Amino acid sequence: MPASVTNFATHFFVTGEPMIYGADVAIVLVSLAILFVLTYFKKWKWLWKEWLTTVDHKKIGIMYLIAALLMMFRGGVDALLMRTQLMLPNGRFLQAQHYNEIFTTHGTLMILFMAMPFIFAMFNIVVPLQIGARDVAFPYLNAISFWLFFVAAMLLNLSFVIGGSPDAGWVSYPPLADLPFDRGPGENFYLLSLQITGIGSMATGLNFFVTIMRMRAPGMTLMRMPLFCWAVLSASVLIIVAFPALTAALALLLIDRVAGAHFFTMLAGGNPMMYVNLFWVWGHPEVYIVVLPAFGVFSEVVATFAKKRVFGYASMVASMMVITVISYLVWLHHFFTMGAGPGVNSFFALASMIIAIPTGVKVFNWLMTLFRGRIRLTPPLLWTLGFVPNFAIGGATGVMLAVAPADYQYHNSYFLIAHFHQVLIGGTVYGMIAGMYYWWPKVFGFLLGERLARHAFWWFNIGFYVCFLPQYFLGYMGMTRRIYTYPPGMGWTTWNFISTLGAYMMGIGFILIAANIVQSALHGVRDTTGDPWDGRTLEWSLPSPAPHYNFARIPTVHSRDAWWEMKEARRRGEPVQESTEPLRPIHMPKSSGRPFILSVLFFVFGFGMTFNWYVMAIIGLLGVGICLVLRSFEFDTDFYIPVHEIEETEAAYGRS
Amino acid sequence: MSEMGLRRLRRLGVLAAVPLLCTGCGERYFILNPAGPVANVEKNLIVLTFVLTGIVVIPVIALMAFIVTRYRDKPGNTAPYEPEWSESKTLEIIWWGIPILIIAILGTFTVRDTFRLVRPPVASGPPMTIQVTSLDWKWLFQYPGQNIATVNYVRIPAGRPVEFVLTSHAPMNSFWVPQLGGQEYTMPGMAMRLWLQADRPGTYFGSGANFTGRGFAHMRFNVIAMPSADFDRWTQQVKRTAPPLTTAGYKALEQQSVVGQLQYSSFPKGLFEQTIRTDGGMYMKQKMETATD
Repeated sequence: MPASVTNFATHFFVTGEPMIYGADVAIVLVSLAILFVLTYFKKWKWLWKEWLTTVDHKKIGIMYLIAALLMMFRGGVDALLMRTQLMLPNGRFLQAQHYNEIFTTHGTLMILFMAMPFIFAMFNIVVPLQIGARDVAFPYLNAISFWLFFVAAMLLNLSFVIGGSPDAGWVSYPPLADLPFDRGPGENFYLLSLQITGIGSMATGLNFFVTIMRMRAPGMTLMRMPLFCWAVLSASVLIIVAFPALTAALALLLIDRVAGAHFFTMLAGGNPMMYVNLFWVWGHPEVYIVVLPAFGVFSEVVATFAKKRVFGYASMVASMMVITVISYLVWLHHFFTMGAGPGVNSFFALASMIIAIPTGVKVFNWLMTLFRGRIRLTPPLLWTLGFVPNFAIGGATGVMLAVAPADYQYHNSYFLIAHFHQVLIGGTVYGMIAGMYYWWPKVFGFLLGERLARHAFWWFNIGFYVCFLPQYFLGYMGMTRRIYTYPPGMGWTTWNFISTLGAYMMGIGFILIAANIVQSALHGVRDTTGDPWDGRTLEWSLPSPAPHYNFARIPTVHSRDAWWEMKEARRRGEPVQESTEPLRPIHMPKSSGRPFILSVLFFVFGFGMTFNWYVMAIIGLLGVGICLVLRSFEFDTDFYIPVHEIEETEAAYGRS
Repeated sequence: MSEMGLRRLRRLGVLAAVPLLCTGCGERYFILNPAGPVANVEKNLIVLTFVLTGIVVIPVIALMAFIVTRYRDKPGNTAPYEPEWSESKTLEIIWWGIPILIIAILGTFTVRDTFRLVRPPVASGPPMTIQVTSLDWKWLFQYPGQNIATVNYVRIPAGRPVEFVLTSHAPMNSFWVPQLGGQEYTMPGMAMRLWLQADRPGTYFGSGANFTGRGFAHMRFNVIAMPSADFDRWTQQVKRTAPPLTTAGYKALEQQSVVGQLQYSSFPKGLFEQTIRTDGGMYMKQKMETATD
């Protein structure tokens, strides 16, 4: 082989790590297996027609869900690798460089490629069904959002075997992330994949904002909306106002890196502090973007499984709005120690404490919803109850961190690590898993078995405390984050060892969830009624899984808990007026392959930029432009489902 | 709320703090074993927050346990069931009110101490200055008053406020000595100021707290506080025995490497200010003036 080719290959592919070679082999084998299965069972056409070109919000939701679970697996493996390295002092399991890459990808994946798609999965699966709509406002854009996220996730994961992973932390502060200290393509992978998925997230935010504002069923005023929709509305507003800051920060840093600009280098009059500010102007609203939908899920779950109206609805809405506004005014608490001065620190300390108030109110309201109810301890409620102490403790440690002078001690220590894992896992992940168990029968038509679900919950929940409570103590003992090794004799060993055991327990919990899904898919109880939990909101009025047009007749809403009221009316023997109306043809969007193709072209652009191969980048970008132009001249984008077809579908579900 | 109730609440809070404070009895829980006035102020705030947040956290968990056992959907459960009950002004006022009250108390103390800690701590001795530069991956300490320098350890006289002036000639780091006080970022091209003081002689653990790459985990240092007379004797000894830090020597320190403890009998005049200027300090006029005033 000529020397130039060898040289290129050793720089292009990540070499020298046995674990990476293992991953290379695994990736190739899995890819071959997928290709083989698709070909052998003649599923290519099915894949293209049913999934790659779909604009159906329910299918897009399913794809988000699968992607989120896969990314949770990848991020979880990263976490276990790190915990294994830190289990004992002077660990030799990972090298410094490898450890740095792993914690960087762990953070990036978990926030942007696990939490985000997980909440978007819930947005997509639930919102149109809850507000009585047939799809989102912009179905085509919705497909673009998903595929942009998907190719961005692939781009970032590719860095693991090609070019090398980013290694400057998920926050990627310059100057560490800038050229003199970080030459490799890893950092470019980070910047471009975040940029691409960011476009998708922004579009999703706009999409759901418009969907909720414009597409609610007749009679569903804002104050009759299910609380999950309120949560999605708040999160969407936050996405719309916060993501531009991230886009700007990433774009400027990319220009610094590829074009030698000096936005974030002191030397030519730039300033790295601007990046830190911009990043967290997005970064703090971002944690509320991922936690508010979880709050929404909990509100639905407690009401359903307490068989009771949600307590203090108006107060719940108000607290969410207060959180939405204040979450935009607290970003500086991520860097009190930058020394902006006592006045600035005081302002952001107070704002950060104040945001705890509405959050606390919500917890009390959930408890009062359960109070004097009839509680069924199903898996969704179990995860919700698991969330409450987690969030109480995580919220309290959040207030402790908000006390600016005390933060000078906690900052960048394991206390901080324990805190944000407690609120992000205890809040977002518990919430999304609760939501997954809750809406699973609606999406797939069968329930997830309760026995395995319980085991999964307890492994994960107990493992959580075993893993993260010791990390609070490690913080008090002076252990800082992002160190790949530590010396013996600091007193850190015991707590680190225990913490690692807890991480393994959480790993077992995750495997049990996966087993739960597989087992129930094979032997699960089918949901024939469409309303397995005796639900309260409109999605439960539909058969499971819902037909692709959702509602044969758009329901008219007269109160909160619309479906519950309809059932009550039926129980009282009052006539249900909707079902007597004649069916009308349903207007639906057509499937399109272009969102997928456009996203692949974005990938080509991103990959080219990552390696500074500008010809490739320009080709990708031109392709994107052509897709956009073609879409502008496309007029045949929708169709009508004829009445007889609706009748047949409804009859197949046993409904008239 | 009645006097009794308040007292009971306070007792509950103290009880809740016990487990943490007990684990804090160990010497190794640096933050809870302050050795100087700054760390002490911070510890008191930590204990206060712990007690105040306990007022909310403990009832929440207890209430949840009670509700879940009492209102289970079991045949024969006689607990009241009110599916339509969903509003109560009184209850809502209570749990909007109590957190607001707690945050108001905590906020007052927070703001007071935030302003307090930017001033030098009250102390017996006159203040001294130490210039700190974080490099890849080592700490350089320059003593302008004594004209000596050390690497990866720093000695200070006990009982005297020390003004650490911080900068970086590498990616941003953070200078942290938990038993003496909280950390502050070291940033290239800027000089930040952090007041610390050790009340008693001793060896205190310090480390870099903001990630700077491959050698970051090894950026630990000790702060050794000693009686004033011993400190003076030590400076004299360094002046006599250690080699000087030359410009070439500093260039070598700039290279990415992990080194042990070093000391120097002198350093090039104006090295610290020069470092800041090379990294773009001329764009931060104001910060430079406060650094060298």
